[in-house]
Amino acid sequence: MNYQYSIGCSLTNLKGIRDFVRTSLKGHGVPEVEVSAIVLALDEMCSNLMIHAHHCNPEHLLELHIEVDNGRTFVFEIVDDGDVFDINSFETPTMDNLVHEKRKGGLGIRLVKSIMDSVEYEKKNGKNICRLTKTVN
Amino acid sequence: MVHIKRLQEDGADIIAVIGEIDASSSIELDLAIAKSVGEGFRKILVDCSALEYISSAGLGVFMSYIEEFKDKNVTMVLFGMKEKVMNTFTILGLADLLHIRADRQEAKQLANELSV
Repeated sequence: MNYQYSIGCSLTNLKGIRDFVRTSLKGHGVPEVEVSAIVLALDEMCSNLMIHAHHCNPEHLLELHIEVDNGRTFVFEIVDDGDVFDINSFETPTMDNLVHEKRKGGLGIRLVKSIMDSVEYEKKNGKNICRLTKTVN
Repeated sequence: MVHIKRLQEDGADIIAVIGEIDASSSIELDLAIAKSVGEGFRKILVDCSALEYISSAGLGVFMSYIEEFKDKNVTMVLFGMKEKVMNTFTILGLADLLHIRADRQEAKQLANELSV
């Protein structure tokens, strides 16, 4: 099964992204607590991209693809044509550092890496593809 | 979308967070807490019973006050969290850094104990 969604880079659209992910996962037998975690991870990735790669310009579009392999493995792709914002290139900050430096970023990266099995980047036809994979037991 | 209501009870400021906190709405939470601190409250209770969702932007707001509250001797206790919301705090280990209690009564009690 494939699901697709396209949306402008405005933070007020994050709600729509969460609804899309939640609706797409429905009927695939994913436990509620896992659904919530996955929804959160996608929100974090999209808000990072909107802020850091697109400066919240609502005319810039993000495309989301969700592919369900065998009912267990879910592949989420976020496609855009902005600057690459590779979370793997950031060292995951420790919680102590986050408290001490009053950093409000960094937490999202920790969340995504905890929730998803892998985060990969690819450049294809001039577009950036960020691919998140999650296998649900 | 988030709605924030404040009410005062036994010298504590209770901030009720209703709805969803993400990168577009976390500023509202930040402003409410800043206002409470600015008004001189030493006990701040955050009622999360109607909080349906929180992303790192909202968690970051709570985190950003930890040191300031230590310096100013302010106690903040979160309470009434739904399981799905609590899970987000748990993934990050935030339950160890913030004071979280099951209900208003326990939250009040902890705030009173800590602010002696």
